[in-house]
Amino acid sequence: MAIQVKVLARPVADASYVRAMLSGMALTFKHLMNPHKKTEQYPEVKWALSPRWRGTHRMLTDEAGKAKCVACGLCPQICPANCIKLVPGEDEEGNRYPLVYEIDEFRCIFCGYCQEVCPEEAIHVGRHYENSEYSREGFVYDLERLMAQTHPVCEMWDPADPKGE
Amino acid sequence: MMLPLVVPAMLADQAVYHQYYNPLEPVAALPWLLFTILKMIIVFTVIMVGVAMLTLAERKISAWIQDRIGPNRTGYGGLLQPAADGLKNIMKEETYPDAAYMPLFILAPMMSFIPALITFAVIPFAAPLSTRWGLVEMSVADAPIGFLYILAISSLGVYGVVLAGWSSNNKYSLLGGVRSSAQMVSYEVAMGMAAVSVLLLSGNVSLPAIVHQQQVMGWNVFPLLIGFFIFCVASFAETNRLPFDLPEAESELIAGYHTEYSAMKFSMFFIAEYSNMVTASALMVTLFFGGWDIPGTQWDNVAPHTGLKFLLTLAFFFAKLLFFLFLYMWIRWTLPRFRYDQLMSLGWKIMLPLALAYIVITGGAVLVLDMLQVPRTVQWFGISPFWAALGVLNLVLAALVFVILDRGRIISPAYSRLSPVQVARLRARSAGRSLAASQGD
Repeated sequence: MAIQVKVLARPVADASYVRAMLSGMALTFKHLMNPHKKTEQYPEVKWALSPRWRGTHRMLTDEAGKAKCVACGLCPQICPANCIKLVPGEDEEGNRYPLVYEIDEFRCIFCGYCQEVCPEEAIHVGRHYENSEYSREGFVYDLERLMAQTHPVCEMWDPADPKGE
Repeated sequence: MMLPLVVPAMLADQAVYHQYYNPLEPVAALPWLLFTILKMIIVFTVIMVGVAMLTLAERKISAWIQDRIGPNRTGYGGLLQPAADGLKNIMKEETYPDAAYMPLFILAPMMSFIPALITFAVIPFAAPLSTRWGLVEMSVADAPIGFLYILAISSLGVYGVVLAGWSSNNKYSLLGGVRSSAQMVSYEVAMGMAAVSVLLLSGNVSLPAIVHQQQVMGWNVFPLLIGFFIFCVASFAETNRLPFDLPEAESELIAGYHTEYSAMKFSMFFIAEYSNMVTASALMVTLFFGGWDIPGTQWDNVAPHTGLKFLLTLAFFFAKLLFFLFLYMWIRWTLPRFRYDQLMSLGWKIMLPLALAYIVITGGAVLVLDMLQVPRTVQWFGISPFWAALGVLNLVLAALVFVILDRGRIISPAYSRLSPVQVARLRARSAGRSLAASQGD
């Protein structure tokens, strides 16, 4: 295919270097003098997260301090990244509970489906972003770790109130 | 008819010029040597520390212009950032490319660093200081050839850049070096020509004499406005600062001539760039803004040369210097880079003819004013008639240049070659091609 060249007429009539330069310099000077800078002083001032922010997970507990999870298996079923490992167990009274519940936060894509699908409102994605670890293994959160998290949890999108008002 | 009139005027002129050239009584040999060594050490230290602080200033100003805060973690408000940077650069590993030509690769940073520093030697930075051994001139070397020395040495800096580009054995470095030399040559001419207008007024290349002439007459920036404009643009190009930083041109040449350099050698190029800025600013201050002169008073120009006068004039010199350094940074963070053909076009087709025409006009005006015996010294309301007349002429010229010449033109040889007929033909050809292409598909 032949190369198509678009020949544009340049707006020469209004061209001026000195005037353009001076107006540019006036603009940059205005910004220079502007006291409202956009920088956030990060470690001292934390970023205000959106209520719908989806970060690392948190497992909620009941009054007795046990995980709310009933090991129904919906979250590993729906997880698109296949990052939730769940081994269900059952006690003498017939209550199901997770023997193993692990989330690999490296594989997680933070879609929030696990929170949406959970019938017991047990697993949640959290409003949190400072997740550094010294080893890769540290990113596989077990049940104990998930229950120990204290940060606020995500408020999921509500179709009845799309703007969150 | 004209000749008998002109010649006495020119002879009278000579007398005027000699009044500006008034070298100080020499200090005895040993104190002179000691004072010179002292001045060398102080000026060197101040420039090196100043350059370090300038890197911080550049980062701060760039941040403020972009609505950011800039480095503020090291020391109070980031004041120790240059020290941290310097320490880091010294500790870092130096890499040597296998294919580089080693002797020149090592020599090049020094070659760009040294001329940048030694150009400052002749610039008078304060009023002379009266000591018990006599008057001490406040420039490292009180050379009577001051301005010629600066023209000679400042263009040596390009060797460092070109040698760095060539010895790196890298095509981008080489392109940067070649661009730099072409740019230097183009703008050096306009710069020298613009400075000639100052020499026409002072009649002397000695920088103290030029400062003295401005003390007597008033600052040169008003009577030589266009000259100052050309000089300013050319010194931006000479120091390789934006909008003329073609030798670096990150977007197309990686980092240009210093692509292959690391650690302290890279830092040397940086120091050279900033010292060049300092020298160019000092030169603009000296040639056009009265050097260390305090405006509106003659108190600072006459004996006795006390320590107070020395300090005040030094402060004024620094204030003017800082203004120009700020201007450098302000313009850097405002204007985008010129394209290479635009750069050459601006240099050769606009700056040089403008400077040449300006010499003729200024020379003619000076001759006419001297023939009419318009006094150069301050007459009424602290204004020299000679200065005012030239200033008015320059305002008219500035109006011509900035209002008429600067309208409806684009600096580009690529543009100027296209006539409307050619544009129409190109359009027709392109339309035909796209039609053929669409049918072919």
